[in-house]
Amino acid sequence: MTGPLLEIEGLRITFPHRFGDFTAVQDFDMRVERGEIVGLIGESGAGKSTIGNAVMGLLAQPGRVSEGRIALDGQDLTRLAPGALARLRGRRIGMIFQDPMTSLNPLLTIGDQLSESIAVLQAVPATQARRMAVERLAGVGIPEPEMRMRQYPHEFSGGMRQRVVIALALAGDPDLLIADEPTTALDVSVQKQVLDLIRAICVDRSLGVILVTHDMGVIAETADRVYVLRHGKRVETGPTPAVLGRPKADYTRQLIGAIPRMDKRETRFSDPVRRVGEIDRWLLQGQSSEATGDYLSTTPLTMDFANPRSGFWGRRSVFRAVDVSGLSIRRGEVLGLVGESGSGKSTLGRILIGLQKPSTGSITYADHGALAAIRSAPARKAFRRDVQVVFQDPYSALNGRMRVDRILAEPIRYHGLASGKEVGRLIGALLERVGLPPESGRKYPHQFSGGQRQRICIARALSLRPRFLLCDEPTSALDVSIQADMLALLMELKRSLGLTMLFVSHDLAVVRQVSDRVAVMRQGRIVESQAAEMVFEAPQTDYTRMLLETAPRVEGLHALEGTLTERTPV
Amino acid sequence: MYFLVTRLVQASIVMLGVALVGFLVFQFIGDPVLALVGQETTIEDREALRERLGLNDPLLVQYARFVGNALQGDFGISYSFNRDVSEMIAERLPATIELVLLSGVLALALAIPAGIYTGIRRKGGLAQTIMALSVIGVSIPSFLLGILLILVFSVWLNWLPSFGRGDVGTFLGIRSSLFTLDGLSHALMPAAVLCLFQLGVILRLIRAEMLEVLRTDYIRFAWARGLPGRRVYMHHALKNTLVPVVTAIGLQLSSLFAFSIITEKVFQWPGMGSLLLHAIGQSDIPLLAAYLIFVGLVFTLSNLVVDAIYVAIDPRIRHGGR
Repeated sequence: MTGPLLEIEGLRITFPHRFGDFTAVQDFDMRVERGEIVGLIGESGAGKSTIGNAVMGLLAQPGRVSEGRIALDGQDLTRLAPGALARLRGRRIGMIFQDPMTSLNPLLTIGDQLSESIAVLQAVPATQARRMAVERLAGVGIPEPEMRMRQYPHEFSGGMRQRVVIALALAGDPDLLIADEPTTALDVSVQKQVLDLIRAICVDRSLGVILVTHDMGVIAETADRVYVLRHGKRVETGPTPAVLGRPKADYTRQLIGAIPRMDKRETRFSDPVRRVGEIDRWLLQGQSSEATGDYLSTTPLTMDFANPRSGFWGRRSVFRAVDVSGLSIRRGEVLGLVGESGSGKSTLGRILIGLQKPSTGSITYADHGALAAIRSAPARKAFRRDVQVVFQDPYSALNGRMRVDRILAEPIRYHGLASGKEVGRLIGALLERVGLPPESGRKYPHQFSGGQRQRICIARALSLRPRFLLCDEPTSALDVSIQADMLALLMELKRSLGLTMLFVSHDLAVVRQVSDRVAVMRQGRIVESQAAEMVFEAPQTDYTRMLLETAPRVEGLHALEGTLTERTPV
Repeated sequence: MYFLVTRLVQASIVMLGVALVGFLVFQFIGDPVLALVGQETTIEDREALRERLGLNDPLLVQYARFVGNALQGDFGISYSFNRDVSEMIAERLPATIELVLLSGVLALALAIPAGIYTGIRRKGGLAQTIMALSVIGVSIPSFLLGILLILVFSVWLNWLPSFGRGDVGTFLGIRSSLFTLDGLSHALMPAAVLCLFQLGVILRLIRAEMLEVLRTDYIRFAWARGLPGRRVYMHHALKNTLVPVVTAIGLQLSSLFAFSIITEKVFQWPGMGSLLLHAIGQSDIPLLAAYLIFVGLVFTLSNLVVDAIYVAIDPRIRHGGR
């Protein structure tokens, strides 16, 4: 067939609203050929998923295509009756979503779901559909497909689940595949395998693929051409090496610049502190800067969880989530804790600050003594004041029914750190310190973006003048440009306030930017722990090397920024 | 299996607790000896009776005896009827069970399709009408509705009998008034009154849960996979809707037993409800205690059944996952 597989011209998508229409996408043109992976990149709210949904005819209510055409092999999808469009889904266009866990019906086996799709889309009897389903599962690289057919989604790992989702999306042999953030919910080592699978399918079946993502690394490794979106408009387009290597638009350049690099520690995060303001002096009252040595140290720690599958009468089998031989963090040090999901890094973090009790072992704080011995109410209160947490998800970490100034005032008042009149002034100063306008206190959390909310979370943690901050994936819910701001803010606070930090993250590049020392966790154990630079430059274990190798890279792009040569292999 | 065995153990503990309450009613409300003897009985005779009835034993022994008797179906002798309590319950129970069954079936048969429909076509005229009616259903008091129905269908139209239980038929060795036309015509109005509240509640529950499920990723993915609407709604959405709704339905249906008291009174239905009202009026403590234990048993059993259904439909519980 001649002509492009998919052609979008002058697309405009609007969401009618009682205060005037909101335009999610405007003047958007795009072309996808067979056997080509086209990347759509942009930050949250750029409209990239909206375009994918519009092609599928699955725009969220009440959104609609108000202008332009979406042509699949010359046939305008926007003019089709809903019934006709529904028949194209699965048969001509397939789609996969971000989270493979929630994309699958939890109550049906993988086999039921896949053979259902095949039976409906290929119009074959159930027994044949089942046979084909086994072949399809094998085709997306699932071992022992016969046995796997009888299992439920929760029995699959994240990567395997996404393979199942891909098999489902391809059940009707579509010509176009829309992949909406297909690897965002996966670990780096798995991410690479899933991207390789998509790449292979694209070539084998000469399938057109639209890859929607916010991750430059994913685009850099997978897409042939890329469209950069911002506020629903196209900013730039072209072959991937050209756009990411030598961006013409300022926005693209900013985006690429904001990505933390894994190959070196950026200087922009370690800029000297601006000024020590009044709020800093207040915050510093909590610190005893002359003390040195370990802030926290532990004996060997283990954490067991009872395995719910174990028998009723017999011995309970246990799952050992954490098994480390001991750990210490020096005063003023940032310890980065990296590992894949399920490696026990978050559990270890929670154990260290006493949110969970370890099965064996004890933790000792230099200022407070053994954690288990902190019993009396005043001692507990003092400990809680010194040790604060910033959680991963800024959306669920703030009480939506409290105004921001009340959220920040509550801990200050409870610990009696300031008198009534002073509190109001402090809150304004705190908000300013984390880069928000001081009058933001009058608003509610839902009136802020994700990045702003995370700033509020940091301000709340700081309002107690803590000495120790546990950051549990503090930037993974945020866009790269906001992530860069957040990291800069944390580094600045560390520098000016001398905070001791435990920084838990799955993102190696981020950890490299902030940590003095890095510990790598795998299956509950610390497999490697040394100075941050050494972990990245001279990893000691194969596991660390594997993590470093499979992480998506943008360094090639950085290297290309000046010259237009071939991408340097990494 | 582990899950169900755990629940069974928990259920037994709950029943022991309920029995304790029933037992305490005996202990603290009135003196059984006073109820049994006449005024001229001497203090010595009363003491002898007390000793013979075991009322001087330690509380724990008396409680154990109470539980042991209850397990054998022995709840003592009714003060006001001077008959075996368990015999009286056995006599009244079938009437209540058939009323509750009929209204439960009615409620489910109407609420499930209506809930699904209003969940899918949530802006349609029919859906809006159903929702408005369901508000009336949950807000109208059952005694008022019962009287209204009697007025319309018995007094004015003379279609349905206004009180009592009809002829009893036998089918598969079970005797019930539901097996005869006359019996059904007697049971229809009380069952309708009894089911209306449940109907409104269950309908609204299913609709809310359906709306929730239809927003999930796997439903969007089911559409994206090209599945036809019937399969998406009836297979994928409905099954997931039922998981949380089953619990609520179990509780709602067991509360039919409790609600049946008023309905039975209005329609002069010879069931457990009217027996209870009589027992309260006469301070008939053995009868009260037996009723209490019985209602507790109904709730506990229906929760057990709900748990079993849970295991059947949700593989995540079956496999001990999250």
